[in-house]
Amino acid sequence: METVFTDMVPTQTTGTILCCECGTEISPNPSNMCVDCLRCKVDITEGIPKHGNLMFCKNCDRYLSPPATWISATFESRELLAICLKRIKSSLQRVRLIDAVFIWTEPHSKRIKVKVSVQKEVDKGTFLEQSFIVEFVVHNQMCTDCHRVEAKDFWNSTVQVRQKTTHKKTFYYLEQLILKHRMHQNTTKISNKPNGLDFFYAIKQDARKFTEFLTNILPCRYQTSQKLISHDTHNNTYNYKTSYSVELPPVCKDDIVCLPRKLAQQMGNLSQLLVCIRVTNCIHLIDFTTLQTAEVNGNVYWRTPFFPICSQKSLVSFTVMENERVMNRHVKSGEGASSTKHILSDCWVIKTSELGLHDDYIHTKTHLGHLLKVGDTVMGLDLKNSNVTNDQLEKMKESSLPDVILVKKVFAERQRRRRRRNWKLKHISDGASTDEGYMEFLEDLEEDKEMRKNIDIFIDGDKDIPSSADETEFPSVSLREMLQDLSIKDDVEMGDAGDEQ
Amino acid sequence: MAVRVQFENNNEIGVFSKLTNAYCLVAIGGSENFYSVFESELGDTIPVVHASIGGCRIIGRMCVGNRHGLLVPSSTTDQELQHIRNCLPDEVKLQRVEERLSALGNVVACNDYVALVHPDLDRETEEMLADSLKVEVFRQTVTDQVLVGSYCCFSNQGGLVHPKTSVEDQDELSSLLQVPLVAGTINRGSEVIGAGMVVNDWCAFCGLDTTSTELSVVESVFKLGDNQTAAAVQTKMRDSLIDSMV
Repeated sequence: METVFTDMVPTQTTGTILCCECGTEISPNPSNMCVDCLRCKVDITEGIPKHGNLMFCKNCDRYLSPPATWISATFESRELLAICLKRIKSSLQRVRLIDAVFIWTEPHSKRIKVKVSVQKEVDKGTFLEQSFIVEFVVHNQMCTDCHRVEAKDFWNSTVQVRQKTTHKKTFYYLEQLILKHRMHQNTTKISNKPNGLDFFYAIKQDARKFTEFLTNILPCRYQTSQKLISHDTHNNTYNYKTSYSVELPPVCKDDIVCLPRKLAQQMGNLSQLLVCIRVTNCIHLIDFTTLQTAEVNGNVYWRTPFFPICSQKSLVSFTVMENERVMNRHVKSGEGASSTKHILSDCWVIKTSELGLHDDYIHTKTHLGHLLKVGDTVMGLDLKNSNVTNDQLEKMKESSLPDVILVKKVFAERQRRRRRRNWKLKHISDGASTDEGYMEFLEDLEEDKEMRKNIDIFIDGDKDIPSSADETEFPSVSLREMLQDLSIKDDVEMGDAGDEQ
Repeated sequence: MAVRVQFENNNEIGVFSKLTNAYCLVAIGGSENFYSVFESELGDTIPVVHASIGGCRIIGRMCVGNRHGLLVPSSTTDQELQHIRNCLPDEVKLQRVEERLSALGNVVACNDYVALVHPDLDRETEEMLADSLKVEVFRQTVTDQVLVGSYCCFSNQGGLVHPKTSVEDQDELSSLLQVPLVAGTINRGSEVIGAGMVVNDWCAFCGLDTTSTELSVVESVFKLGDNQTAAAVQTKMRDSLIDSMV
């Protein structure tokens, strides 16, 4: 039975017919034509352009995606393919796009070839697939952004950062902060001006963003002004150039300031004469006679501004002859916070230039008790013998003024420290500054751990890492805080990279 | 002989004409071009008749016939019936059929001996076909198409069927009809064979779009044309020559 049953299942063998055009044997299809004849009869790529143009800006390596967008795309990239297909998109609507690939061309031939496969229903359910090559010629055209740069008409906002000091340490610090937060990316130009820097921006929002950034990282204040360039009364549009004038406080690290009496009382009954230990987003002050600290933020500072009583150049070198720690300091009521990182000490010093000439050691109180040893060199202001012009200082009683104010310890010779420095910083423009102010800035970084937290420090691959035995001699940056800079040339450093964070 | 012809810019000439071994019906067109092609080919052997059925020109789809008879649908008027009767030879039986599937040309395909019909055709019509046309009737489909009259076309010599007909179906139909069959197309790839051409034992008319390949297929399967006879004569003569020489 079974065999009979299986015999009855009909099998269907598709017959062959002759192609109605050329007479070759084919299996029947809706058009009853062989593929070649069908191709001859209908060209589904008809109406699709086989040539095209691409606009390329060689200044910024971007391609024009009409109408007005410029897109950066590398050779044979997905983005470039999208741009190419967009050029023939309108004619591709009648067919179905199956595939598109690049065909390799010489990069400098200015030709880009794309092989496109399309599918279309020709008649009565016959789908024909066909591939063809579209050749694009790359033309150079300067994009609007580059055009503006070339025409020197590339900013409409500027941020003018100014600080009335004799050195540029604050700006070195600012450079590092800008680099760390990548705030320089939208800047079209940075120019050096007396007492500061000008940052130029093409878009006002970028300038505003940068100004906000500055007010967050430094205790500064700013003013805005606008200059009318052109306007159209018909549609009420106005074209302005905007300037943000940002003023940084003239107080820097290691400056001696004299606070107005009222402010000193407000800040926790401080003495008026203070040493600035650090400037971050607020000014950190320390009372060297009591170790009291105060933080003055931008608002408070600009309401009652105070100034350094001397420039850093008027500090002279003293030698410590005797250093005695103050054990039991009398704590007055109403005192604010005091520093735990400093130690108050009684110090007897002599000017290094007069060392050995006489024994009239000058007594002063200092906050540097934790650093100073007998014989150390320390920078300080000889207040008794210097001619200081400061309104607040002149109002103070002469008897309450100390003879000498010690500011910072001198650790070692500058040249030696420089030689042993195994780290470096990045810079916005090429080439590091080599002037004295920059060296002092680097030393300040080595001495101040808090300041280092805000910036990125990189291993200097050109120098050997010093042995740990020398590290006690003067402060240095620990390896732990440094970052590995990305460099392709040397693989040796990659082995060391494991130690860092 | 296979001829290309067009009816008022339309290639579906099987719709507008009916050709048998005993007579030819041609639709009444705006011009005589269509008629004169038939007339020039067939005029001295069989009558070529202008006709309409129920006031329509699509006579090829409406009626079915062979050299023994002609069946017309019920929509045929008495006047039309009288005209056709007057023009056809006397031995041809003419009959009107009460059939729900009134487009008889679409539902029936026949030669002088066999007819394939639509599976749903009335029993009475089937009997009438057998009586009037003197044919053996088979209810069949061609590639699952019930309109056998549209999708195939055969004479006493051979037949052309829908291109998608499988080899098995061709064999089956061929054994029913007792003529060789070929799957093919007409009018540059058209599948509606019955509408695209008309054929009798010595002559075929195809739409003007029919390609030379299609035409040569038609000529070979219906055994038309000089080549075919020449080849046949050649082989016959060779056989007889060889016979006589042996």
